[in-house]
Amino acid sequence: MSPPPSRRILAIWLARLALDRWRLGAGDAADALPLALIAETAHGPRIAQANAAALEAGARVHMMLADARALCPEIATAPSDPAGDLAFLEKLAVWAQRWGPWSALDPPDGVIVDVTGAAHLFGGEAALLADARALLAARGLAARLAVAPTAGAAWALAHHGPQNAILHFLPSSLRGGKAGEAIQSPTRGPGLLRCARNDEGEGWGVLDDLPIAALRLDGATVVLLRRLGLKRIGDIAGLGRDALARRFRTARAPSANPLVRLDQLLGRVPEPLLPVLAARPPLVQRRLAEPIRHRALLDRVVADLTEAMVRELEGQALGARRLELGLWKVDGEVLVRRLEMAAASRDGAHILRLFGRKLDDIDAGFGIELARLRAPWCEPLGLRQSDFEAAAEAHGTSLAACIDRLSVRLGADAVRRPVPRASHLPERAQKWQPPLAPEGAGQGELAFHARPLKLLDRAEPIAVLYASPDGQPRRFRWRGRVHEVARAEGPERIAPEWWRERSSVRLRDYYRIEDEEGRRYWIYRAGIAGDGRGGAPEWFLQGLCA
Amino acid sequence: MNAIRMTPENPIPALARVAEWRPGLASGVARHAEIFASGAQATGAAMALALAQDQAGEGDERPWLWVQDKAALRLTGRPYRPGLPSALRHRLIHVAAQSPEDALFALEEALRCRDLAFVIGEISGNPKALSLTASRRLSLVAERHGVPLWLVRLGASRDLSSARMRWQARPAPSAPPRWNPRAPGAPAWHAELFRARGHPPGEWVLGEDGDRLVHGPSTSSGRAGVVIIPKTAQAELVEAHAHG
Repeated sequence: MSPPPSRRILAIWLARLALDRWRLGAGDAADALPLALIAETAHGPRIAQANAAALEAGARVHMMLADARALCPEIATAPSDPAGDLAFLEKLAVWAQRWGPWSALDPPDGVIVDVTGAAHLFGGEAALLADARALLAARGLAARLAVAPTAGAAWALAHHGPQNAILHFLPSSLRGGKAGEAIQSPTRGPGLLRCARNDEGEGWGVLDDLPIAALRLDGATVVLLRRLGLKRIGDIAGLGRDALARRFRTARAPSANPLVRLDQLLGRVPEPLLPVLAARPPLVQRRLAEPIRHRALLDRVVADLTEAMVRELEGQALGARRLELGLWKVDGEVLVRRLEMAAASRDGAHILRLFGRKLDDIDAGFGIELARLRAPWCEPLGLRQSDFEAAAEAHGTSLAACIDRLSVRLGADAVRRPVPRASHLPERAQKWQPPLAPEGAGQGELAFHARPLKLLDRAEPIAVLYASPDGQPRRFRWRGRVHEVARAEGPERIAPEWWRERSSVRLRDYYRIEDEEGRRYWIYRAGIAGDGRGGAPEWFLQGLCA
Repeated sequence: MNAIRMTPENPIPALARVAEWRPGLASGVARHAEIFASGAQATGAAMALALAQDQAGEGDERPWLWVQDKAALRLTGRPYRPGLPSALRHRLIHVAAQSPEDALFALEEALRCRDLAFVIGEISGNPKALSLTASRRLSLVAERHGVPLWLVRLGASRDLSSARMRWQARPAPSAPPRWNPRAPGAPAWHAELFRARGHPPGEWVLGEDGDRLVHGPSTSSGRAGVVIIPKTAQAELVEAHAHG
């Protein structure tokens, strides 16, 4: 049995994110002089990030600004903006999904992208890395990248490994020569690393030489390990598992436990940060040679995407229930349009028609350079002849297509059907659900009492002008018009649902009435005199009878 | 009547059939009918339902659509499932449109759907969107796809329209029930057909008893009588007043 294909994780580390963001705002020229971004702390301003000139002059990150001024009096300062950095990183994480369908934040300055199965869209992982480097550089961001089978390894290589590293774990049976030797492949570029998977825990080649900090440990643990004389990952590998487990048995958090981090690095334990994607949703995309800015071209691209998606769905015998159209703009924004359908469908013309309305408010800005269509929610749909558009002219549309069109324009909440609900209260006796959803099992309706054809959303108060001695209204005013009650039937007493309402809710006495002109209404009196739940009873009109 | 000569273009038998038309007859079925009613009662919707049910006959298990614009929803409320006819209540799909434009769009899309038995629309007043053009579009789509449309106009004036039949509906006092004469009885409506293509206008009192469409007698009628409609066995009509 072959082992399951390993996952491929791209780690992006923006080493000088805060500085790069500041430079985007201030311009390159401002960067020539020593500059430090300042964070205010309890003990005074501290340097959060310093540019190359400042570093050369002696300033260091985490140094007090006063100390830096002593070394370099001409250092300029600007406030750092951690919240802005995080917001930027969030946008960047979404943008980074251009390289893979899933990405995660790695605060404060990293992004992790799952590129499993997506590298072929770029012509291999090396090309993907080159593409990412070029695009990030074009946005003025200094980035270090690595691709590895686990998030831990990718993170370690991005932060502490060689630039543009691509790491593969080899099964231990394939490993030749010295245990855990890093294999530099001359044919596939200098960045390609291979690392033998070693279940005995002896050594892991290139990973051995990385510092302990590459294990994503917190500061205290790193200091502790350094004091123990363990400076590289290889040092830990030399220790037995038992010794490490005993030493760190109280450390629950992964960031404080080097053994957990080591296992995550090697993929021995799953890392809950990354969900396992068992089935990849159908995904098609178009990278555009020239950014498009006009609606006609966009329609063309979406039509192409839809066609490709329909083929993809057809191959897997699936129909899409939800579709996501992502449009990557040149200026780094991502526009997403979602579409949900009442029934699984892979009819291109139908999907295209539904998307047509969603594209009306797209602002292309400087242009759209990448368009992608995903179907995150699919349902099995057998192959059959389907006709939504061409035959619709002759034979009409199907119900599902009609409901899709209605709910795309009017909203999903506008198209619903009533279903009974087990309740005595008239307004609660029906609820609304999507039109094609199956009706739940119910008790059936007891036809003891006549019910009105229509119910007002809120019962409207009526003013009873004259009531007969037994309490029935004889004349009332509703919406500014006086009605003489000619005939009435009632009362039908409906008690409040004490198990879900407050004790002060009053019971209702319903009357079905007909006035002198034949208008038929359903009115009720809330409460009875002397029930101790309020003053005089009030009258309401709730329903209009046929 | 004497002025009509018996010519091949104008044969008297056809005319005679037309003159005797009354609600519930299979012939002269209109695909697009308008019912004008007040916004303070459910008369328009109730009559539209009764006519639609009578025309569709029994055994049709396709869903039907009820489109309301926002003003109609506010004026007369939402459909209430326990109060709907038992043959229709489980098949209702309700569309709450925000504006008359959306309601017209929903009506047109619904009329194109072959899986719907009929469509009921409720639009309040005389919105600008419901022009003669819009009305004509609805007529054409309804006739092309054979889905009947009953458009209820709440509190509207009789504007231009291409509806094949136009009714004015108002409530009529119901007949007292047998066991409790002081209670409201089965619903009845005074229906005036003021414009129709193919038959002369007329006035009737339509009624509903349970799920049956019946007609109560009217005082102004010269020849009241009970007519059993052969098309739908469950419907019995009492023709109250035939114009002319």
